[in-house]
Amino acid sequence: MKKLLSSKLSKNYMITFGIVIVGFIVIQLLIPTGLLSSTFQGLLVNLCYYVILAVSLNLTVGILGELSLGHAGFMCIGAFTSAFFTNAMADSIESDFVRFLIGLVIGTVAAGVFGILIGIPVLRLSGDYLAIVTLAFGQIIVNIFTVLYVGVDSHGIHIALTSEGLGLEEGGKLILKGAQGITGTPRVATFVIGIILVLLTLFIVLNFINSRAGRAVMAIRDNKIAAESVGINVSKYKILAFSISAALAGMAGVLYAHNISSLTATTAKFGYTQSIMILVFVVLGGIGSIRGSMIAAIILTLLPEYLRFLQDYRMLIYAIVLIVMMIATWNPTCKAFLAKHSPKNWFKKKKEVK
Amino acid sequence: MKKRLVSLFLAGAVAASLLAGCGGGSNTSGGDKFVIGGIGPATGAASVYGNAVKNGAQIAVDEINANGGINGYQIEFSFQDDEHDPEKAVNAYNTLKDKGMHVLMGTVTTQPCLSVIDYTNEDGIFQITPSASAVDVVKYNNCIQVCFQDPTQGTKAAKYISENQLATKIAIIYDVSDAYSAGIHDGFIAEAEKAGLQIVSDESFTADNKSDFSVQLQKAKASGAELIFLPIYATEAATLLKQANDAGINATFFGCDGLDGILTVEGFDAALAENVILLTPFAAESEDPTTQAFVSAYQDKVGEIPNQFAADAYDAIYIIKGLLEKAACTPDMSAEEIGSAMLEALNGFTYDGITGAAMTWENGAVNKTPTAVVVKEGKYVELD
Repeated sequence: MKKLLSSKLSKNYMITFGIVIVGFIVIQLLIPTGLLSSTFQGLLVNLCYYVILAVSLNLTVGILGELSLGHAGFMCIGAFTSAFFTNAMADSIESDFVRFLIGLVIGTVAAGVFGILIGIPVLRLSGDYLAIVTLAFGQIIVNIFTVLYVGVDSHGIHIALTSEGLGLEEGGKLILKGAQGITGTPRVATFVIGIILVLLTLFIVLNFINSRAGRAVMAIRDNKIAAESVGINVSKYKILAFSISAALAGMAGVLYAHNISSLTATTAKFGYTQSIMILVFVVLGGIGSIRGSMIAAIILTLLPEYLRFLQDYRMLIYAIVLIVMMIATWNPTCKAFLAKHSPKNWFKKKKEVK
Repeated sequence: MKKRLVSLFLAGAVAASLLAGCGGGSNTSGGDKFVIGGIGPATGAASVYGNAVKNGAQIAVDEINANGGINGYQIEFSFQDDEHDPEKAVNAYNTLKDKGMHVLMGTVTTQPCLSVIDYTNEDGIFQITPSASAVDVVKYNNCIQVCFQDPTQGTKAAKYISENQLATKIAIIYDVSDAYSAGIHDGFIAEAEKAGLQIVSDESFTADNKSDFSVQLQKAKASGAELIFLPIYATEAATLLKQANDAGINATFFGCDGLDGILTVEGFDAALAENVILLTPFAAESEDPTTQAFVSAYQDKVGEIPNQFAADAYDAIYIIKGLLEKAACTPDMSAEEIGSAMLEALNGFTYDGITGAAMTWENGAVNKTPTAVVVKEGKYVELD
């Protein structure tokens, strides 16, 4: 254990956890002082689920090395299954929080199971083909949730394609109303829950990367043939990483569903636009860098809200800022400049003085 | 290690306080102006509605400010974009709260509205939506609607058809993937049975296949329908009417407020809409002087004929004015005090607007009479 902690890798992990915990403490201390604007306070939970999404996609893109464009589809599954559960059980379990916790497990597991189901056929492909299939999968999920009508009565769950087709008995509840989605989900998600889930995600992902399985996954990423030749079960490890990533996205979906009381399967929220947005977090933060995707997710979520003063030009400026940031973080000259003036140097110099 | 932790903590603290500082100071509203917030899609696929509301409301605000404001105080109107996304709508709401909003005029679209009402209800802020028409929008008592609820429109349409004996055999073509269309459809079906109307064909389409209606039209034709009910939007109706004309269907077409604007759909031959009947709260061609003044002001400002969304927003601002005056509110009151005062003032409050005369509210839902208009020679003519 001591050995583990002293290694460079673990120190790096501690810093990642440290940033989250310190950020959390500072914000908690600032809330009672009234210094935080409503805008910022309203965004706290959103930040949490975007961070979870970015970190979990980084597992697929950065560690597994496969491009997935259907990440928001898993989020969609998590959001709808958990919201369905919390609404369906509204009468049987009184506490919103208990329902949320069970919903959290259900949403996460459902997304994970779908990750395995999709992963089995899809992960035989690689590169562009995999990206296209995941893109299609994401769209299918959104379209399915747009047409489904689901209700519950004493006989159990009814599923149909029209509201009349359900045949609910008197007193039955129609929960998922096709294009109108699910409304009235209790808003249970708080910043504290969000941070706990972020820490849980970091714990799972960082431990996975640093485990035997994680090293196997990275070996597959770097050279599939070499990995196979030393006896690594390629399909097994690919599916393992992919389904963990899917399950965590489902968890973010649960948090989303319980933060916003109206839930509809729109392309903007769960389709390819959202998937690409999450991919942008990962790419901007640096593929494979967990801390980087966290920071990128936070900056890119806050940015459009703090650009509101630009009014009609907001989204235009947002796009330009995005391009500038991409160039600044990848251009060799800019990188050299940033490395020279990075805060890390301050620590280094101090050490030398010692 | 210790030193590093300390510096990490300091760096985190600085970063967080920087973020906080971005909006923390702007919480003061000054107390000399009423701040009315607006939320709606100013960008994205639904921006047509958001911008109409923004422009309509701005015209009302400019008029009121020019005429001395509300209770002697000027209005500051701030419209925030929500991209037709519930999550962004909540962000927009929080931004408006930072600006010291007293009353919320929004949101324009239904889904974002359903997420924002939770917050206004918690904060006790009075909310009036110009166009979010779902029933659940008014489930708390702090939010009222200017537009009809979807099922109400269906009910009113069925009643109108049976009372005026327009037809007994009716076909319906609607968009099942759209909450507005599906809502009217359900309300219509429920009332049609009671009103003795016979639904001979009930066909649907979705947002993904709205370019070819020949199957639905042929079914309606084969069923011998005398009237085809279209609870859909003008763009789809334009395509549908063109195809109906090609198929030689001569039944009466009957629509709701979504059809408003059909004569100005790009590339649509207005002659095809001849004899189409619309049941709508607002008609831009009405001879009412207030309506005329609004239409010409809107044309001067935006350069097009206002649709129903713009008119609803115009009325919404005047309803806010009426309630604030009745309750004798001043901007130095908190948003919560103003909210409860306005709710109290709503009792017995009636308002004559351009989207209906003698509007009253019951549990947040508006009570007004829609006018039926028929298209004659490329113009809307009121039916009696």
